[in-house]
Amino acid sequence: MLQVKNLTKVYDRGVKALNNVTFDAPKGQFLAVIGLSGSGKSTLLRCINRLIDPTEGQILWNGEDITAANPEEMRRIRRKIGMVFQHFNLVHRSKVLTNVLAGRLGYVNPAWSLLNRFPKEDMAKALQQLERVGIADKANQRADELSGGQQQRVGIARALMQDPEIILADEPVASLDPVLAHSIMKHLEEINKKDGVTVLCSLHFLDLVHRYADRVIALNEGKLVFEGLPSEIDDKKFKDIYGRDAERVG
Amino acid sequence: MKEPNKNDKKSSPWKSLGTGLAVLAGLIVYAYGFQITKIDLEQLRSERRQESLVRVTRALAQPDIFEYEQVAEAFTAPVHVTCPADGGIVEAPDTSGPYVTVTPSCAEPGEMVTVEGFKFIPNSSGPVRFVPGSDPTNVVELGNDTATTDADGSFSVAIKLPKRPSDEVQFIRVTMRRNVGTPQFTETARETWDKIIETVFLALLATTLGTILAIPLSFIAARNLMKSVRSPLTSIALSLLGWPLGIAVGYLLVSWVGTLSAPFAENIPVNVIFVVLTPILASLGLRWALPEEETSKPNKTTQVARLIVLFITVLVAFYGLFQLAHLAINVGLLGIAGLGSLAFLGNFLFQLGDIIAITTPVLGGLATGSALSSFLGRTGQRASERLAPSAIRLLNILFATLAGATLFGLFGWLVEWLYQIGQSVYVLWGPLIVGGLLGLVIALITKPKDTLSTGMVIYYVTRTILNGLRSVEALVMAIVFVIAVGIGPFAGVMALGLHTIVSLAKLYSEQVESIQPGPLEAIQATGANRLQTIIYAVIPQIVPPYISYTMYRWDINVRMSTIIGFVGGGGIGFLLQQNINLLNYRAASAQMLAIAIVVASMDYISSVLREKYV
Ligand SMILES: Nc1ncnc2c1ncn2[C@@H]1O[C@H](COP(=O)(O)OP(=O)(O)O)[C@@H](O)[C@H]1O
Ligand SMILES: [Mg+2]
Repeated sequence: MLQVKNLTKVYDRGVKALNNVTFDAPKGQFLAVIGLSGSGKSTLLRCINRLIDPTEGQILWNGEDITAANPEEMRRIRRKIGMVFQHFNLVHRSKVLTNVLAGRLGYVNPAWSLLNRFPKEDMAKALQQLERVGIADKANQRADELSGGQQQRVGIARALMQDPEIILADEPVASLDPVLAHSIMKHLEEINKKDGVTVLCSLHFLDLVHRYADRVIALNEGKLVFEGLPSEIDDKKFKDIYGRDAERVG
Repeated sequence: MKEPNKNDKKSSPWKSLGTGLAVLAGLIVYAYGFQITKIDLEQLRSERRQESLVRVTRALAQPDIFEYEQVAEAFTAPVHVTCPADGGIVEAPDTSGPYVTVTPSCAEPGEMVTVEGFKFIPNSSGPVRFVPGSDPTNVVELGNDTATTDADGSFSVAIKLPKRPSDEVQFIRVTMRRNVGTPQFTETARETWDKIIETVFLALLATTLGTILAIPLSFIAARNLMKSVRSPLTSIALSLLGWPLGIAVGYLLVSWVGTLSAPFAENIPVNVIFVVLTPILASLGLRWALPEEETSKPNKTTQVARLIVLFITVLVAFYGLFQLAHLAINVGLLGIAGLGSLAFLGNFLFQLGDIIAITTPVLGGLATGSALSSFLGRTGQRASERLAPSAIRLLNILFATLAGATLFGLFGWLVEWLYQIGQSVYVLWGPLIVGGLLGLVIALITKPKDTLSTGMVIYYVTRTILNGLRSVEALVMAIVFVIAVGIGPFAGVMALGLHTIVSLAKLYSEQVESIQPGPLEAIQATGANRLQTIIYAVIPQIVPPYISYTMYRWDINVRMSTIIGFVGGGGIGFLLQQNINLLNYRAASAQMLAIAIVVASMDYISSVLREKYV
């Protein structure tokens, strides 16, 4: 159970990216975050695993306050929070397998990382995850030799290595064409339904929201302007979220 | 709109006047420059200069590399001093080989005769002498003439006969030198070879040592990695205190371990046993104390037990290092005594052992320093998280004052050691009080729950030191090191190595700053700590530019190592300079040739490697 309370983030130059945002993400839910670009979706997701330090407010994760955690506690919390990125964020020059194994870094002893070593079980697990996302044959290729869709699968495999309880997906399909987008979304859906992993996913297109999300929250200029079921977004709500001039397509 | 146009037109005469003045100023600057740099073509035209230029250029064109063994062969021709009654008839010489003739074959003392030679080696020269008496093998010679053969191997010299009249036939002797056998390397060539090898290794050592040390420095000189490093004041103060304390304790502790290994210092079998045994023990200990992966937090007793095992393991490892040093020294000594021409391998082992023996306690000090510092820092961090603001403030005041005093005190001690001021007001109490007060002020103005950006402080300090050192030329550094460690390649390695460290650290850190932030963020999100983030997100991204910068530096170091000998830093430069000063241009030419070959071939190798790997 993830609870976000009165979360506010003000960037260095006074930009208020999040303004008093409050919502809950119950365990096992597929929660979509929508909003125009610049509305604060990425900032929200990054506050949850403290890649960005929030200015005010609380984030409770199974009752523990993430915003107050020290570096060691943060390491323990982060390893249970997988993250998938719009631009995949793989280490290009490393092998696919190494990129996937990196998902275990929150668990392995840093001293062994100096020697670039992972336990045997992790190696087996990494191959298993690659199998699951359908690219086991690419394990020994360099990450930048893969296509966009394949890279995002590696990203998902890396998140899965963390044995996550929640996955934060920041516009995971915005850089992919629609066909690939659905195949990636299906992987996330399967992880959500089968493994019971909570998914917090920011999305651009409403049709994807209708197709995959259990519930939606919407941001506009850092404020929470909608919270509810995808089917509840009518024309008026739509204009609240996307602005007066927006036209609804599809 | 019209106003500015008008202005433009009006200003145009002024503009041309300005241009004229600027040209004039430029001319004056250049004229002064000519004066200062003493440009004087008259010098070039002066005969004396031209002569020596020709001489030197010719010498340079004949590098002193090969030589032949030479034999001197003497040829004689009879001559009558005062013509005898029969007119001094001489038999015709054997013309199958080189031969000498004298015309006329008789003359009065003091008269001139022409000595001619044929079928000699072209362009060679040798003395022409008068041999008194009737014995052609007589060693006494008179006169001082030289015969130089032309392109056909003939010569002709006019000599004046001495006042040695005799009734018997006397002789003219021409001695010619002839090269025999195959060409051999000269002494100069052999010396040059020795020094060029030294030069290449000087560059190699400086580059490798410099690269290894520049890599970690480049991380702490990179803004994007250091920006997020923040910690509370107590934590900073405690980790600052931890360094000197840890270094002192660690140095003493490891030195003590060293004395434990001393009794077996000369026993090679014991050395071998320990060198084999300690790594096994250490890796067992490490495996137990640092489990590869842990899903839950261990309890207190396990943690304490692990710490103790880790401590013992580290001591065992250091003991092993000392034994390794003894082993290397002992085997090296054996090698020096018994390997003959491969004795340098023994010497290498011996030096290696010596280096290990000297650096191990230092290493121990640094390791303990960093361990204690990070442990105390973490303790401070925890205390700052848990305690009430008033308690934190008290801790801040206490530890910041202490840390400030310690830091400044150490600095004062350094000043005292350097300048021997001897007045404790300036070098002990003064710094202690100033440092303490500074710490106190910082503690008072920081809010108890605030964190300070330690990362940026370290970043700026490192940057400043790097920029400062980088502006000192490697040659100047070499002069300093020559004073510190004496003339020779060691000083050169130190100077070039230091310069390599600072310039590479700068270049490297710029590469670190330009890596993609995405992968960095992704690795951090998995829960990786700082070290892991560097290993898995930073290093893979910077390998290609690091390789290319290292090669670029290697090129520079090869060039520098050829001239660092000019100031006593070892390598071929020393020899070159010496020969130039001795006006020994043929030898200097050999060394210049060697430098050209080495620089060109190293350039070629590195360009091939660059194409392959970058
Ligand atoms: N590092 C930053 N520094 C300053 N402003 C930022 C930074 N990152 C994002 N912003 C600003 O914060 C707002 C929200 O950005 P973001 O969270 O990226 O929105 P979204 O992901 O919905 O497009 C934008 O106005 C953006 O310009
Ligand atoms: Mg975004």
